[in-house]
Amino acid sequence: MRASHKVLFAGALVVGTVGFLMASGIKETGVYFLTPTELEAKISADPSFHDVGVKMGAKVVTGTIERDVGTQTIRFQVTDGQVTYPVVYRGLAPDTFTDDVEVVVEGRLQTDGTFRATTLLAKCGSRYEAVPKA
Amino acid sequence: MTVLGQLALWLALLLGVWGAVVGWMGGQRGDPVLIRSARRTTFALAGLMSVAALGLVVALLKNDFNVSYVASYSSRNLPTAYKLSAFYGGQAGSLLFWGLVLSLFAAAAQALTPRRYAYLMPYVAAVTSVVTVFFVSVTLFAANPFSRLDFVPLDGRGLNPQLQNPGMVIHPPMLYLGYISITIPFAFAVAALLTRRLDVGWLHAIRKWTLLSWVFLSIGITLGMWWAYVELGWGGYWAWDPVENASFMPWLTMTAFLHSVMIQEKRGMLKRWNVILVGLSFALSIFGTFITRSGVISSVHSFAQSPVGNFFAWFLIIGGVFMGWLTWSRWDLLKSEARLESALSREASFFFNNLLLVGMSFSVLWGTVFPMISELVRGSQVTVGPPFFNQVNIPIGLALLGLTGIGPLIAWRKASPGHLRRQFLVPVAVALATAGILAAVRLSDVYAGMALVLAAFTTATIGQEFYRGIGARHRLHGENYALAFARLVGRNRRRYGGYIVHLGIVVYFVAFTGQAFKTEMEASLKPGESVVMRSPYGEELTFTHLGVSQYEALNRFVSAASVEVTRNGRQIGVLTSEKRQHVDSFGRPTFEPSTEAAIRSDLREDLYVVFAGSVDGTEEAVYKFTINPLVMWVWLGGAILTLGGVVTLWPGGGPSDRTLRRAMEGYQAHLVEEAAS
Repeated sequence: MRASHKVLFAGALVVGTVGFLMASGIKETGVYFLTPTELEAKISADPSFHDVGVKMGAKVVTGTIERDVGTQTIRFQVTDGQVTYPVVYRGLAPDTFTDDVEVVVEGRLQTDGTFRATTLLAKCGSRYEAVPKA
Repeated sequence: MTVLGQLALWLALLLGVWGAVVGWMGGQRGDPVLIRSARRTTFALAGLMSVAALGLVVALLKNDFNVSYVASYSSRNLPTAYKLSAFYGGQAGSLLFWGLVLSLFAAAAQALTPRRYAYLMPYVAAVTSVVTVFFVSVTLFAANPFSRLDFVPLDGRGLNPQLQNPGMVIHPPMLYLGYISITIPFAFAVAALLTRRLDVGWLHAIRKWTLLSWVFLSIGITLGMWWAYVELGWGGYWAWDPVENASFMPWLTMTAFLHSVMIQEKRGMLKRWNVILVGLSFALSIFGTFITRSGVISSVHSFAQSPVGNFFAWFLIIGGVFMGWLTWSRWDLLKSEARLESALSREASFFFNNLLLVGMSFSVLWGTVFPMISELVRGSQVTVGPPFFNQVNIPIGLALLGLTGIGPLIAWRKASPGHLRRQFLVPVAVALATAGILAAVRLSDVYAGMALVLAAFTTATIGQEFYRGIGARHRLHGENYALAFARLVGRNRRRYGGYIVHLGIVVYFVAFTGQAFKTEMEASLKPGESVVMRSPYGEELTFTHLGVSQYEALNRFVSAASVEVTRNGRQIGVLTSEKRQHVDSFGRPTFEPSTEAAIRSDLREDLYVVFAGSVDGTEEAVYKFTINPLVMWVWLGGAILTLGGVVTLWPGGGPSDRTLRRAMEGYQAHLVEEAAS
């Protein structure tokens, strides 16, 4: 085998490995990102979706945030204007988490209709932009 | 001044178009009048952009809140340094900043490039003018920093408190300098393709630019990690956020380019690849600017509505098509001059290094845009997060770390078995010894263990190179070891500067292994209560809550909570974390409360304390404690890497005949030494 062939063969192996890592990575770690409406549709089409971890992006309903600092539990509701879900999150909320802000919660929708979140991200339009005042 | 700034932008737009036209025609016809005009246009553009920038700076310093941008990103009580950093704190200003720096770099490239590359310069002027025109148009038509409100607010909204941090004052400009300076190598690549003079000339002309932008990108990325670490309060420095990925992708392709140019210089191979890499790096730098400032990825749905997004998308598409056509039409001229002689050669190791770097860059790109792609293809968004990036990039990173050790030890063309044995004996022994030690202390994480073994191996190879070089000088020239070291580095700056950079990279990897042993704990404590944590080194750390105090500062209310920390019973300090509520000059709150983490660093570990809030206004406080091993090594790695970059960049180290002759002498000395041993 010529040197260049050997190297090309090894190169193909490298490219293949990287491709495999990417494909398997997506398969194993990819998470659905849904709006509450989409989540409701998925759940009603396939109830086993309760056991699948998803990310849900929605807005916090103003006035629904209840913080229990002692147990570090936060309860609030999120909505996309059509469907509203109550969320329970245990942990520290980011500084930007407040009324009416866009949040991304990751977790599972319980059969009782409560979304149990394991992570809570709050975002402004862009994190570098000033928050417009009401 | 804003009127003047606005006027300067319009003039820059017209002049930029002129520069592109005369640059192109000057290059085509070789007419000295046109060529001179293109060159002068570049200087004039730099002047106009400076005037425009000055316009915004004056508006910011004079609190001209009638200017919408100033009202949005500054306020009366903002410290002056942050008023200046508000220049690039928002979208419109940052785009103006891009245009400004680009025009200055373009002028520098015209002024500083040696005469022997004059044949490339009109096209270089044309390309830089086109890119400047693009940024000027975006600022004029999509995000104008000078546009005025129809009323004068009493005060501005102020700068986001997370941006009020010294790291943030220098981090974005550094990153931007990196992004922007890639335009210069790109312009030279286009010029070389247009002139059909595709020898190593253009590579020599841009050698320093390439390295410069790489060093800026590295510093910018590291400062970005530092900012995220001290300011965002989650206890980490890298989250595979799209904005971070955006800076990492061109860094990877530029790293690949820095290595592959050496193959073209030495062997005349990989010409096509080099042109593609420059084009890719430039595209990724534009793409990075684009997703950093437009929020496309985090809010996919606003893509179509954002005029800035459209501008960038079209620029990328048109630029990509043009570059693709240009490369394709010169494909035969870019043929390799030599053939690979052995699979065990420096060339082959660089080839793998390039594949891995570009593969990594592609995987990061894929993960970053996957939500968009999956929505287009499958109709529902699938996102990937840090687990994906870690799963893919850790193995690739380890392979690259290994190559960093192996590559420099393998000879060009073809390595002989004897040569390999001599080169690898000591480093392999060091690696095995390290593996033994790690097994003895029962290091639990496999990836961390592999990284440490490879780091030891690579450090040994670098140490061996220095040791041999210094030894040879000591014997041959009778120099003492310090002088031998200084001359060795001083006279082969590219090579030994490169080794220092490699050492910096090794130190980063050592730092990354610490992340496998991060320990976190959340607790709610009354004054006097404490929690105990066990560090990865097996030590007992006790955090005792001292109390919460409240006070007012220049532009904020602060409530601060303190803990006393003991390590194995010995007091090592008091850490105070703050919750800040920023206010405007009327005492009204601006922005959400922000958190200042308290950090105690040493080479072993960081103690990272976040005060999350008090319970019902009492002095009972909720804390998050993080033991974060080896974080300081990240900053250390950044410092070493920068040092290596400066050594390599220091003026006078170019490929002059003198350096080449010295390199030959060095090589002969090496041969003599080998013959003697």
